Amino acid sequence: MSEGAIRNQMTDQTNEVRDIIFGTLQAALPQARPLSGDTRIIEDLGLDSVAVMDFVMEIEDKLDISVPLDKIAEVETLGDLVATVQRLKQAA
Amino acid sequence: MPLLDKYAALAAQYRQLEEAGANPFNVKFDEVLSPTEAMVGGRKTLLLGTNNYLGLTYDPAVVAAANAATTASGSGTTGSRIANGSYGGHARLEAALAAFYGRRLGMVFSTGYQANLGIISALAGKGDHLLLDADSHASIYDGSRLGYAQVTRFRHNSPDDLATRLRRLKDEPGEKIVIVEGIYSMLGDTAPLKEFAAVKREFGACLVVDEAHSLGVLGETGRGLAEQAGVEADCDFIVGTFSKSLAGVGGFAVTDMEGAEILRVVSRPYMFTASLPPANIAATEAALQQLRARPDLRRRLNENALRLYRGLEKLGFELGPEPSPVVSAIMPTPEAAFGLWAALLKAGLYTNVSLPPATPRGLALLRSSVSAAHSPAQIDHAIALFAETGKGLGLTNAAPALAAAK
Ligand SMILES: Cc1ncc(COP(=O)(O)O)c(C=O)c1O
Repeated sequence: MSEGAIRNQMTDQTNEVRDIIFGTLQAALPQARPLSGDTRIIEDLGLDSVAVMDFVMEIEDKLDISVPLDKIAEVETLGDLVATVQRLKQAA
Repeated sequence: MPLLDKYAALAAQYRQLEEAGANPFNVKFDEVLSPTEAMVGGRKTLLLGTNNYLGLTYDPAVVAAANAATTASGSGTTGSRIANGSYGGHARLEAALAAFYGRRLGMVFSTGYQANLGIISALAGKGDHLLLDADSHASIYDGSRLGYAQVTRFRHNSPDDLATRLRRLKDEPGEKIVIVEGIYSMLGDTAPLKEFAAVKREFGACLVVDEAHSLGVLGETGRGLAEQAGVEADCDFIVGTFSKSLAGVGGFAVTDMEGAEILRVVSRPYMFTASLPPANIAATEAALQQLRARPDLRRRLNENALRLYRGLEKLGFELGPEPSPVVSAIMPTPEAAFGLWAALLKAGLYTNVSLPPATPRGLALLRSSVSAAHSPAQIDHAIALFAETGKGLGLTNAAPALAAAK
């Protein structure tokens, strides 16, 4: 594969991860909210620690990966989460 | 200083409860009268939330053992087992626990919380993998943070999800350690331990079972869920507490694992804290003897549990999935839980409020726990108080609030 093709494939995968995370989160929130990469998961969305872990569990199922708890603890924004999940998905 | 600013929202909620004069997280018993009654705010109150499963807190043999031990050996050990030595009682209690479970080694910790911290952090080293049931108690989560293993959680009570996660780790080096509980403290449900044991065997993992709420409650001889499910041989470590059915304070672990004695000099929560005072140790040993000698206590406990569960079910409360000595009513909101709790207390019944994140799935719970010491009449009285107060608050049968939340 050319470098460009690899880059395109990675972008596709990032977009897929992003879509899954945003979609899962929208479905889990009591009401629809605008979400972006800068959205802070705990402060902006008011989720507690268990709610965050439960929501990550949905993503784990959809992408067939396990996200260790210390990795979840490092995540602050949705952008962080997309990057973390993306890295784990690639390593899987 | 802005140090505590991060707790501002929580502090406001706490203040509100205090101002309302009904804070379930700050209850004062003026005087405790028996395993089932106390004075609260000048009123005789029925206790239905103390985890005193076998009702042994005032058992004459238990109290006498504590008194005699204090007289003989003093009020405290003033140090830790490894730095300042063990008393005879520590070794005797460890031997008694090992004998009860039929295991080679028993280890006593200063609380159940520390037993989990001590076992989990010592077993799970760097490069190992810990797999926790999602609904695990705080002490299991905290223990997993104290160690250096990678930690993931699997879906509550799902052997399939555990298997999926172990499969993902199949080619990863390191030991796999699985942690589940016997009876879960929030909803009173039990683990499908037979199925978990099969998964553990398939993947060659180590299985740790916390029987905090099931010791003295389940099993032919009261050893807990592992005994009831017939899979004790698959449970590499059993962890438990003295603070519930054994009516004292302290924690323990038992195991047959070769070389487990080494835990005494690597488990930090075992090493770097004072050992239990003689009175605690002696009382626990006496309570364990009562547990073993009086299976009728277990029978009465479970009859009371079923009586309360069926009673509240009939009133229309939505409860945990199976009858157990922990009976939790699922409330539509935290405010409803506070309201029912305060009304029950005012009517002379003490229960617990449990809220997220301590509860699963964001549930607000009005939690009760029954005791073998309750008379059937006391259980019926409690149900009647639930009926009265629940009706007043619109929480019982055909209650619009509850129906709307479903
Ligand atoms: C499942 C579980 N494990 C451990 C503990 C801790 O026990 P202790 O209160 O003795 O520290 C508790 C209860 O508090 C519990 O519910």
